[in-house]
Amino acid sequence: MSKVKKILLDPIFNNNPIAYQILGICSALAVTSKLETSIVMSIAVIFVVSFSNLAVSLIRNHVASSIRILVEMTIIASLVIIADQIIKAFAYDISKQLSVYVGLIITNCIIMGRAEAFALKNPPILSFMDGIGNGLGYAFVLLFVGFFRELFGSGKLLGFTVLPLATDGGWYVPNGLLLLSPSAFVIIGLLIWAIRTRKPEQIEEE
Amino acid sequence: MSNESTKKMIIVALGVCLVCSILVSTAAVTLNARQEKNKELDKIKNILIAGELMQENVDVKSVFEEKVESELIHLETGEFIPKSDYSAKLSPETFNIKKMADDDQYGKLIPPEKDIARINKMPKVMSIYIVKIDDQIEKYILPIYGKGLWSTLYGFLALGSDLQTIQGITFYEHGETPGLGGEVDNPNWKAIWKGKQAFKDNGQVGITVIKGQVDPDNPNAKYQVDGLSGSTLTTRGLDAMVKFWLGETGYGPFIQHAKKQKAELNEQG
Repeated sequence: MSKVKKILLDPIFNNNPIAYQILGICSALAVTSKLETSIVMSIAVIFVVSFSNLAVSLIRNHVASSIRILVEMTIIASLVIIADQIIKAFAYDISKQLSVYVGLIITNCIIMGRAEAFALKNPPILSFMDGIGNGLGYAFVLLFVGFFRELFGSGKLLGFTVLPLATDGGWYVPNGLLLLSPSAFVIIGLLIWAIRTRKPEQIEEE
Repeated sequence: MSNESTKKMIIVALGVCLVCSILVSTAAVTLNARQEKNKELDKIKNILIAGELMQENVDVKSVFEEKVESELIHLETGEFIPKSDYSAKLSPETFNIKKMADDDQYGKLIPPEKDIARINKMPKVMSIYIVKIDDQIEKYILPIYGKGLWSTLYGFLALGSDLQTIQGITFYEHGETPGLGGEVDNPNWKAIWKGKQAFKDNGQVGITVIKGQVDPDNPNAKYQVDGLSGSTLTTRGLDAMVKFWLGETGYGPFIQHAKKQKAELNEQG
C-alpha cells in the first residue's frame, strides 16, 4: 500500500517532473496564461501519461528493445489524438485557445520519460499509478503558474473578476508581463526555489 | 520466440498499429458529429461578433435567427440568388466555402494574376449575412478568406448599410503563430477596423493594412489599419485578403449592385 502511495504522491513534491527533473517546460510556458486552459491541459496530460504507461507496461515483455521507442511513440501519439478529439468535441472554445499545444503533448518529455524509465520495468497497475502521479505533479505546477498568471495578469480567476481592473473602473493595474510566456519562467523559478529551500536534498551538487 | 526475432518484431509492431488505429478512428468517427456542430455554432458566433450582436449569456442561435438573414449571391453579377433556385447543394444553411470552391459546378479557378489572396480556387456563389433592424438593413457581413503565413485564415468582414464604412472584422479559423500572427484574434486590434473606409472616392478599394502603426495625421489614415507587430507575412496576407474580397473578383460587383439599388430606392423614397 505504502509503495502505491509513494509512487502516486512522490512526483508532486519530492520528484516533480517540472520542478525537480525540469521536463515539460515548453507547454508549461505556453498554456498557463489562464487557469482554465491550464486545467484542461493538465487533465489531457494526466490522461495521456497514465494510459501510455499502462499500455507500454502491458506489452513490455514482448517488445524488442530496438523498436521500443517507435512503439511508445505510436501509443503516445494515438492517445494524444484521442485527447485532442475529445477536447474538440466537448470544450471547443478551450481547444481553440490551446491550439497546437494539445498535439504537442506528443513531444512532452515527461510522457516518453515515464514510459522509458518506469513502465518498461514495472507491472501495469503500478505503471498506471506512476503515470497519474507524474501527471498530477505536472498539473500541480501548471495550476500554480496559471493561478498567478491569470490573477495578476488579468485580475481574474477562471474568467471571474477577482481584482477589478483600473481600465474598468477598479483599482488594479494588471501586470502585462504575466500574460507573456517568459513570466512563466520566473514563476517556475520561484517555485523551484521555494521547494528546494524546503527540501534541500533536491539541490544538485556543484 | 525471442523478442529480437524479426518475425515477432513485425507482429508486435503490426499489432500495436492495428489497435491504435482502431482506437483513433473510433474516436474521430464517433465525435465527428459533435465537433461539426461546435464548428457551426462557432461560425454563427463569429458572424454575430462581426456584426457586433454578440452578448454574454444569450442563445447564439436564436439571436442569429432573429436578427440575421442569410442570402446567397452570384459573385460575378453581384445579384441575389432567388430562393426558388435553392437546392440541396445550394442553400445558405449548408453552404460551405471549402466544399463550394472545390465543386465542379459552383467553384472556379482564380487566374494567377488576380489571385492576390493566394487561394487558387473560390466559389462562384457566396453566402452572405444581412443584419436587419426593423426591416432596415444595418450591416452586410461578408465571408472572407486568404493565406497568411502558415494557414488560410477564414473570417468575416462587416460593412455598414452605406457599403463603405467597415463595421468589424473577425476570424473563426486560422493557424497563425499564437502571440504574433495569432493576434488577429486580439479584440483591441479588431476594434481598429471599425469606422475605416473601404473605398476611395473614385470607387477603388482604399483599405490597406500597413506595416507599423497608422499616423492619425495622415490624410489617408481613414483607409489604413495597423499591421500586426512581429508578423509581416500575416499582415501582408490580411492586406491582400481584404483587397481581393472587396475588389472586382470578390464582392465588387455585389457592392456596386447594392449601392445602385440603394440609390434607386432613395430616389423613389
